[in-house]
Amino acid sequence: MPKGKKLFLLTTSLFAVLMLLLAGCGGNNTASSSSNQTINYAPGDEPQTLDPAKATGLPDATIINAAFEGLTRYDKSGNPSPGIATSWDISPDKLTYTFHLRSDAKWSNGDPVTAQNFVDGWLRALDPATASEYAYQLYYIKGAEAYNEKKGDASGVAVKAVDDHTLQVQLTAPAPQFLGLTSFQTLMPIDGQVVKAHADWAASATNYVGDGPFKMVSWVPHQEIKMVKNPYYWDAANVKLDNLNFITVEDDNTQYTMFKNGQLNFEYNVPLAQVAQLKAGNNPDFKIMPEAATYFYRFNVTKKPLNDPRVRQALALAINREQIVTDVTKAQQTPAFAFVPPGFNDANGSDFRQNGGDYFKEDVAQAQKLLAEAGYPGGKGFPALSILYNSGANHQEVAEAIQAMWQKNLNINVTLHNEEWQAYLNDMSKLNYDVARAGWMPDYMYPMTFMDMFVTGGGNNETGWSNPDYDALIQKAKTSDAGTPAAFADMHQAEKILMTQMPITPIYFYTQPVLIKPELKDVIIPPFGVQAEFRWAYVGK
Amino acid sequence: MVKYLLTRLLSMVAALWVIITLTFFMMHIIPGGPFATERKLPPEILANVEAHYHLNEPVWKQYADYLGSLVHGDLGPSYKYFGRTVNGIIRDGFPVSATLGALALSFALLVGLATGIVSALRHNGWQDYLAMVLSTFGFSVPNFIVAGLLMYVFAYWLGWLPAAMWGTPQQAVMPALALAALPTAIIARLMRSNMLEVLQQDYMRTARSKGLSERAVVWRHALRNAVTPIVTYLGPLVASVFTGSFVVETIFGIPGLGRYYVSSISDRDYTVILGVTIFYAAFLMFMNFLVDLAYVILDPRVKLVDRKEL
Repeated sequence: MPKGKKLFLLTTSLFAVLMLLLAGCGGNNTASSSSNQTINYAPGDEPQTLDPAKATGLPDATIINAAFEGLTRYDKSGNPSPGIATSWDISPDKLTYTFHLRSDAKWSNGDPVTAQNFVDGWLRALDPATASEYAYQLYYIKGAEAYNEKKGDASGVAVKAVDDHTLQVQLTAPAPQFLGLTSFQTLMPIDGQVVKAHADWAASATNYVGDGPFKMVSWVPHQEIKMVKNPYYWDAANVKLDNLNFITVEDDNTQYTMFKNGQLNFEYNVPLAQVAQLKAGNNPDFKIMPEAATYFYRFNVTKKPLNDPRVRQALALAINREQIVTDVTKAQQTPAFAFVPPGFNDANGSDFRQNGGDYFKEDVAQAQKLLAEAGYPGGKGFPALSILYNSGANHQEVAEAIQAMWQKNLNINVTLHNEEWQAYLNDMSKLNYDVARAGWMPDYMYPMTFMDMFVTGGGNNETGWSNPDYDALIQKAKTSDAGTPAAFADMHQAEKILMTQMPITPIYFYTQPVLIKPELKDVIIPPFGVQAEFRWAYVGK
Repeated sequence: MVKYLLTRLLSMVAALWVIITLTFFMMHIIPGGPFATERKLPPEILANVEAHYHLNEPVWKQYADYLGSLVHGDLGPSYKYFGRTVNGIIRDGFPVSATLGALALSFALLVGLATGIVSALRHNGWQDYLAMVLSTFGFSVPNFIVAGLLMYVFAYWLGWLPAAMWGTPQQAVMPALALAALPTAIIARLMRSNMLEVLQQDYMRTARSKGLSERAVVWRHALRNAVTPIVTYLGPLVASVFTGSFVVETIFGIPGLGRYYVSSISDRDYTVILGVTIFYAAFLMFMNFLVDLAYVILDPRVKLVDRKEL
């Protein structure tokens, strides 16, 4: 068939020529640099913004943390340690912090980092016109909340540059988490001159300036953010990586293939379907990291029969959490019998969770008894219960498991209701549900980030639950007991009330499975705040 | 002719306006909003944010303001990606999607047309059967399966091609093929049936009886007539492959426009939803318009006149 063959040849060669032509104009944006000190990391998502005042997401925080440094920085073992500040004094009443800044700190454009840069950065985050969603992270500072809520002005915010290298801050109440917060993105300094000259400085690599270990050189949205070592960083001599590339391809199966064929050497989101297999195969690239976050179910306490604490307790006691983490989630999560996850310091420096212990035990017989006491012996007369969850991850599988357990153990009828993310958020906040899945990760390393969620009318309560004793304890821990060991006792007591009244039931404490090549050394994957810290990272053998 | 063009332009503007209006109000009806998050914002902060984007104003005013800036070619800021504008998103994403689309389209045309012609000329021969089996695959296997299969074989298993991202010719191969699979199959089938039909026509017999060589008969008389229906299909095809595919671009990590058709809706990124919808609609209408113009050239019986002039 000569004619056909000719046509086929013509076709394929034309296609090949076209490909070559396009290749010529495409440019090559993935060629790896000659240095082997390169990390190609997939944070899983395109950052929403790299403006430290506005960023809220985890990928955003991770990338900003590489480009910026606050007064403090979390060290390898997870404690706030000197960053741009070399030391600090805290007044005896724990309300005034005086930070002493290093004199050799510079921005990535060579400008010196001064105390005024911090004042500028914090006031900018608080300025209502900036419309920062995380402005409340600065509300510990006197006058900050008023300024952000347009009830005061910038001059009323108690942060001032005493001189170029001394910054003084006054808090409204003692806040043990404040020192750690100074490493958080919302509290980053800004190079005021650059920000004034270029309003959109944070939207592209052109004018982006940071004072951290790495410097952004290019940013192609939904593709790649390239960083190199920042030569002006005060400790540049100890930054070993030459290139740090954030590959923002979103599909986790694609990332997995990219990791397999070498386009990535570190991936944060491992496809759920691969987790069990990777774990079973003892793959040296696969690691499961602890995460300070809790997976839990909310109960709508405004609705019958969930308004009865005995019903909520019965439901909580009739779940087999061990089975959920071994058979469904499969990534070494810990069954949770309390709300605050492990990893938070208690008054004496020991673990808050360990001291508090478990607040309840799974017990089917007891659950059936409670249900009977509530007026539903053997599940009789119990109305159908619906579990609301959002699409994605393995929320559906978890819900199915719990549905089966409740039906079997309590003989009640349970239906599943799956919604797209925004519809789910909307229904949850309007209390338009019976039982709803939820997750929570901390804003800062102090148990209050979990404990103040369920105060009466709290924005993140979303259960309709209200308890005056609980409210009083939280209030006390935040004001009169703030900064003293008594605050921890208050929080333990509040957690006990929460776990007895059960407007929520914890299911498990999260973990984070990651894929990272063993030759990547000193990459810190902390349990909260950022996905990974690259300041000390290097590629070894 | 001028009158025809004017009427056509006016009807396109009217259709666009209807699309914009429907999209605008439908997206405000769906629950949620661009700043609803799992971590609830304090009401004062939400007020700051909504004021910043004028989302605190009545919907009719937002609609009027939107139309006002649209007239000036301003599609507004993205609510999800701070500091980026919808114009910027389209400016960055469209060239990438269009390049990929051009590759896929050339493949689909070259391979699809050739396959269709060969099948028709070798009707009921093994070439015909093979081509039709392959095109059935192209038809029925969805592109995410094609994409996944390609990636599994060439990136994961054989390691010949990079798994994802954009910029080198190697990176374009798999997404272009995945995107081309369906149109190639459609074009092959269309071309085959058109050719079969044309080959039966009286004028083909006339041409042959005049003593023209088989080659001349096929190339000069059959092809030109058989290709016209393909042109009709080309309008919407170009519009859809040039503006990006959500599935293919997501799987292969292509920074094109395709992802925004879906992600903007789940993000409730109102301006982006509107922006990409308008862009796609306008592009589609323009392509269909070009198709109509092409008829004039391809088929001497077609003239562009207003109906009343007939």
